[in-house]
Order: sequence, then structure tokens, then C-alpha cells
Amino acid sequence: MSINHHLSEGLILAYAAGSLPEAYSLIAAAHISMCDDCRAAATAYEALGGAVIDDGDSAALCQDSLAKTFARISAPALGLPVVVTPKAPSVLPAPLQDYLGARLEDVKWRNVGMGVRQCVLKTKGSQTARLLHIPAGTAVPDHGHGGLELTLVLKGAFSDKTGRFGVGDVEVADQSVEHTPVADPDMDCICLAVTDAPLRFKSFLQRALQPFFGI
Amino acid sequence: MITCYENVKEAVVGPSTRSENGILLQIDRHGTQDHVIMEVMDKDWTALLLRVRDHQDRAAFGALFTHFAPRIKGFLMKSGSSASASEDCAQDVMATVWHKAHLFDPSRASVATWVFTIARNRRIDVIRKERRPEPEDLPWGPQATLDQGEALIIAQENDSLAAAIATLPQNQRALIERAFFADLSHAQLMQETGLPLGTIKSRIRLALERLRHKMMQ
Repeated sequence: MSINHHLSEGLILAYAAGSLPEAYSLIAAAHISMCDDCRAAATAYEALGGAVIDDGDSAALCQDSLAKTFARISAPALGLPVVVTPKAPSVLPAPLQDYLGARLEDVKWRNVGMGVRQCVLKTKGSQTARLLHIPAGTAVPDHGHGGLELTLVLKGAFSDKTGRFGVGDVEVADQSVEHTPVADPDMDCICLAVTDAPLRFKSFLQRALQPFFGI
Repeated sequence: MITCYENVKEAVVGPSTRSENGILLQIDRHGTQDHVIMEVMDKDWTALLLRVRDHQDRAAFGALFTHFAPRIKGFLMKSGSSASASEDCAQDVMATVWHKAHLFDPSRASVATWVFTIARNRRIDVIRKERRPEPEDLPWGPQATLDQGEALIIAQENDSLAAAIATLPQNQRALIERAFFADLSHAQLMQETGLPLGTIKSRIRLALERLRHKMMQ
């Protein structure tokens, strides 16, 4: 897989540090599943985390801390053992399968207009993660952003004025970017998009319809 | 109660054992309390964790606990948790270190890095009460033969990384602080970090390529 558009270093650092909100973490984990470069970078930033802990401040422990820890170790494990199910080969990378199941056919889509369909994922925080299905050749209306928007292509491709994005590519955009992504003419495009605030559509009609469509 | 004497050769009383890596360990068990007296000649965390992994060695675990548990608690408190929640979570992290020791692979990560990832995930899970999406795991792990050379390289890279952090300019140190103990701003998330991780990144990249190559065969 040839990937041309990667996560920014700041995002990889925050993901490795564990300080990213869930929806951004999800798209970072999905991209890293597909991209060795970003996986290597994330692993390096985790090593940085190890150095930060090793070099960091100590806090005095309770007196019987070790004994209590040994007691936890001896206690029977609560709940069922975690069973890691092997992920099925799918358009959906493993971290997304944890939210949506393995089969793209089982995704519960909702029409949002102009043939575009979406499925919003349950994540904590003020961000929204959604799977988007854009029919071949379709343009998603020109819009600005309320904050940081990340889009990861899972199938097909789209282009906007900043470039072309194929499978595995992630677009990192902020409010300064106004774009009209257009799916390639020969194949439907499926992508995961994470936004920090509702997209603001430019035309009055689109603005009026926005709450209705839920985009 | 734990007493730890570092680099003090005469501190040991009673019977003791010396592990092959030069760490002198002694355990004296009274009821539920463990009295660990040890002389650490060399902080070889990898050797200690492998003793926990392979022999359920409580003295080796005690030595790891003495070093890492206060640092995990410090890390959690600096991230904004209360002292009691941090204590509870640090004990939980160290118990996880014991239970998951069989998953530790020294050719992939140093002990400090591995412990950090456990503490990070517990912080997200227990304290922030969020899910932590993880990338698809690659099929390399303890079942693969341990490559001593790789393990040594990882240890050396981590030493040089720690040294490099100590000499970072103030703005990069501030970025690390914010990344690990607060939230980065949108602008910071979009930027290059400028952190000196070039060699370690390319080494990991090479290891991934070798692995992909093996999987293709």
C-alpha cells in the first residue's frame, strides 16, 4: 500500500502520549494499522513516554503499597478473560471493527443527501467520528471547519484542491481549509471522518438543512 | 515495607541470592508484608522483568516496583489525578505488569516504555473512562524467538533517547510536558514536533520491514 498523506507528528505524539480524545485516537489507530511509517513514529514516541516516566518525578507510595499489589496479584481475576478475536480481512481496519463489526455490509447507514450516506460512531467527547459513503464522482458540498478535521480513506479515493487521497491516506485539515472533496469517478469512496465541531456549510440553503441532515 | 539500598554492598543481612546479572536479592516474608533488601549493581530492568516473566520472581518484582510504582504515581498525579486515585491506579498498573509479563518482548520495547504504555492505557480506561483504540497488532511477540541483538539495540536507543531529552531546548521540553500531562492545542497537533527521534524511528521502520518480509514468505 502506498501512502502519501500521513498523520502530523503532533498528532502521533499526542496519540502515543494518550492525550488525544477518543475519536481522534480512533482515526490515528486506524491509520497506524495501515501505515508502517506512522506506526514506527508512534512506537518511537512511546519510547519517549518511557523516558519521561523514568526521568519524571516520583510520588511517595502508601506504606503497604507493595503488599496490596501482591494481594491484587493473588486475587482471582474479575470478569471473563479477555478473548482477542482475530480480525477478519475487511475494508475496515481492526480498531474500526471494534466499533462497527467486521462487515461493511452490516453498517447501518443513514442518508444525508445527494446520495451521501453516513454512520456516526459512539465516541466520548465533543468530537464526532463518522463513516462516510460518497458515491463515485460525487462532490461533498464546499464547507469550512469548526476545528481540526481528519479524514482517512478506506476504499476508493477523493480529491480536493490540496491533492488526491487514496486508501490509507489521511487528510489533516483545520478551519483555514475550505475544500470540496470529490470522489473518484470510477469507484464509491468510503472514509472515516472526525470533526471537532459541526461542519459549517456556506450556502444559506445548506445551512438551513444542516440540522436536518445531521452532517 | 520496602528498604532499598542502591550500590551499598554491606547492606545485606541474612541469606541472599545473587542473580546472574549481578543483582543481589533477598526476601524475608512476614505475614503479608514483604521485606526486600537488595543491592542493585546495575539497573537491568529487562533482566528483572524476564525473571518475573519466567520464574514469577517476587524479589525481582519488588525491585521493579520500588523503581516504577512511585514514578507511575508521580506521572498520574502530574496528569491531574488525586493522590489516592493515582496510588490505586499505580498498584493496578504494577499488578498488570505481573500478569502481562508473558507479553513483554525486550526486542520491541524497553521495560520503561512497556510500563509507560500500561500506565497510559489504565489512565485512559480508569481515570478518563474512555476507550483506547489500538492499532491492529502485528504478529510478532514473545512467541517469536528473542533476538538478543535487537533487545540490546532497543536498550541502547532508550539510553541515548533519555540523554537526548535532557539536552532539549526549552520549547521542545514544554511540548513534551503538554503532550504527556495536558492536551495539545489544535495548532500543536498539526505541527512537526522537532523532537530528535530520527534514529529510533528508522530502526523501528527497518524492524517492521523485516517482519513484513517474513510474513510474505
